[in-house]
Amino acid sequence: MADMMQFDLVSPEKRLASFEASAVQIPGADGDLTAMAGHAPVITTLRPGVVRVQSAEGDKDYVVTSGFVEVTASSVSVIAERAHAGDQISKDDLTDVLADARAHAAKAEGESKDGAEKFVADLVQLLEDME
Amino acid sequence: MPNLKDLKNRIESVKSTRKITKAMQMVAAAKLRRAQDAAEAGRPYAERMQAVMGGLATSVGGSDSAPRLLAGTGSDQTHLLVVLTAERGLCGGFNSTIVRLVRTRIQELIGQGKTVKLLTVGKKGREQLRRDYADLMVGHVDLSEVKRVGYANAAEIAGDILKRFDAGEFDVASIYFNTFQSVISQIPTETQIIPAKFDAPEADDASTLYDYEPSEEAILADLLPRGVATQIFSALLENGASEQGARMSAMDNATRNAGDMIDKLTIEYNRSRQAVITNELIEIISGAEAL
Repeated sequence: MADMMQFDLVSPEKRLASFEASAVQIPGADGDLTAMAGHAPVITTLRPGVVRVQSAEGDKDYVVTSGFVEVTASSVSVIAERAHAGDQISKDDLTDVLADARAHAAKAEGESKDGAEKFVADLVQLLEDME
Repeated sequence: MPNLKDLKNRIESVKSTRKITKAMQMVAAAKLRRAQDAAEAGRPYAERMQAVMGGLATSVGGSDSAPRLLAGTGSDQTHLLVVLTAERGLCGGFNSTIVRLVRTRIQELIGQGKTVKLLTVGKKGREQLRRDYADLMVGHVDLSEVKRVGYANAAEIAGDILKRFDAGEFDVASIYFNTFQSVISQIPTETQIIPAKFDAPEADDASTLYDYEPSEEAILADLLPRGVATQIFSALLENGASEQGARMSAMDNATRNAGDMIDKLTIEYNRSRQAVITNELIEIISGAEAL
């Protein structure tokens, strides 16, 4: 098993998650990145997307909108303005976020369009998983 | 001498007042717990945000490219005071202490020849300030329909403030609210939000050198508006807890006062009743003697 690191996800209203993770996939503003233990310290802003966390108990998805991430060698802190746990998000919330994401993807150009479209695809996937 | 019927009515009325204040105290106690939990839950986010922005601000702050939200407009002529108060009364000195602080600030600023603008959040502060400073008011945010203050409310207020800032309506903005200390003490607090001020980061924060993606400036420019919203949100939560705390102790006092009053009225009632009986006896006896 790979080295573990502390993963925290906080939104303004509450702390959504705090546990040990082995890897965290982050939708960074300048492209996705996966942080594992020993990663160089980075602070990056988030684009709306899905944060995927691998831990001993399996993978967990979180839908986040804007915010930022602080990565250090031993911890990942996602500070998101709006965040929902992938398995707890209500369908209405998800549809809202999806509508926003679609509008965003339609406007985006170049590289960011790929990211935005990926997010739309992720959301559609999540919605389908729900049904 | 007050007649017996009146006294009895009076006692009944104070008794029902006591019931009401007692109920309000218990409701406030329950709400206080929820408000405290909310304030507690919001803390990690605010702390992280402050820490990261503080670090960024110290490294970017000196340069000319620093965003206006951090560096300011270069003048401090026009001040915007954002006054956060409650939507309801019956909470002791809660609203008045904030308003008093704001009043002294307004006098000070006007004395220095500055222009003052007021943005009120919450009905009570607006009512009190409107008497003297109606011409300074530029806006009001009504939260009376909001059952539980959420981040969205704070973001809305922040959006309004930022729009005014971009339009050049003011140079400096501060928020006024009560910091929750305990049920019996809430401290009126002033915090400057624009230009943003940060505590110097601690030494061990500086030891981690972060890579910034995209650039430091870009992140800071992205975070600063959110920082404003975060500060307002924390202030709203603090204020919420303070309001319930203040109401709880005010209602506790009211309940106790009502109890004292009932005791006093009951003694008076008994005395009067006794006096009436004595009177009647005297009348009967003197009537019998006359025969």
